[in-house]
Amino acid sequence: MSDSQWIWQCDHKIPSRPEASRQVQEAILEQMGQLQWGEHDVFSVRLAMEEALINAIKHGNHYDPDKHVQIRCGMSGNVVRIEIEDEGKGFDLAAVPDPTDPDNLESPCGRGIMLMQSFMSRVEFNETGNRVVLEKDASPAE
Amino acid sequence: MSAYRRLEVNEVGDVTVVHFRDQKIIEDLRIQELGQELFQLVETEKRKKLVLNFSSVDFLSSAALGKLITLDKKVKANSGAMRFCNIRPEIYEVFAITRLNKLFDIRRDEGDALAAF
Repeated sequence: MSDSQWIWQCDHKIPSRPEASRQVQEAILEQMGQLQWGEHDVFSVRLAMEEALINAIKHGNHYDPDKHVQIRCGMSGNVVRIEIEDEGKGFDLAAVPDPTDPDNLESPCGRGIMLMQSFMSRVEFNETGNRVVLEKDASPAE
Repeated sequence: MSAYRRLEVNEVGDVTVVHFRDQKIIEDLRIQELGQELFQLVETEKRKKLVLNFSSVDFLSSAALGKLITLDKKVKANSGAMRFCNIRPEIYEVFAITRLNKLFDIRRDEGDALAAF
């Protein structure tokens, strides 16, 4: 989808603090409400965005005050696209263990990526692993 | 009785029923505090039977799931038991996708959870 097809867009560079991401997250979710997105879709985007931003801030930038996270969002009435990029070294997606494997079920970490993939329509990491694109298609009206 | 910032703690017979004060369990510091308060119930106060009532919770992140998993281990290590209840559908979906619905004993409402002990 090209930029011209978005009804609403935002582009923010935030410091590596979780609280710095809240305002951007709330603005995106509020805009979904304005565009009449369904409750479950809003929940899905909230969850995926939270997990991706915590990954970027905590695991990507290691809370480094000199590093930033770029958040770009484009939204129409039926697609939301959110791109999140940190300044870390990235990671190998293939090396992330399956959290639903019985051996990992009791591990307190490692569920964020799986939740993003389950609740969003598409999740794509760049090769380095320091940028993720989350896309959500609007669910059919009930 | 200790004061809790993140929890409301009540006794129903010999069962400790816990409600969450936060609607959204996301912020790092709050999750840390929440974890400490939950662990205190088990490790310091030696409560054996816990019901966690999620009726006020409309969002939680995977970091919060991590605290619940650690709590579950502590409860079991203390020879206790724990039930969850009043989980809204979207949050139940989070438990189901991560298969934590197999690890945790999830009941429909508080009455069911209490009756399960």
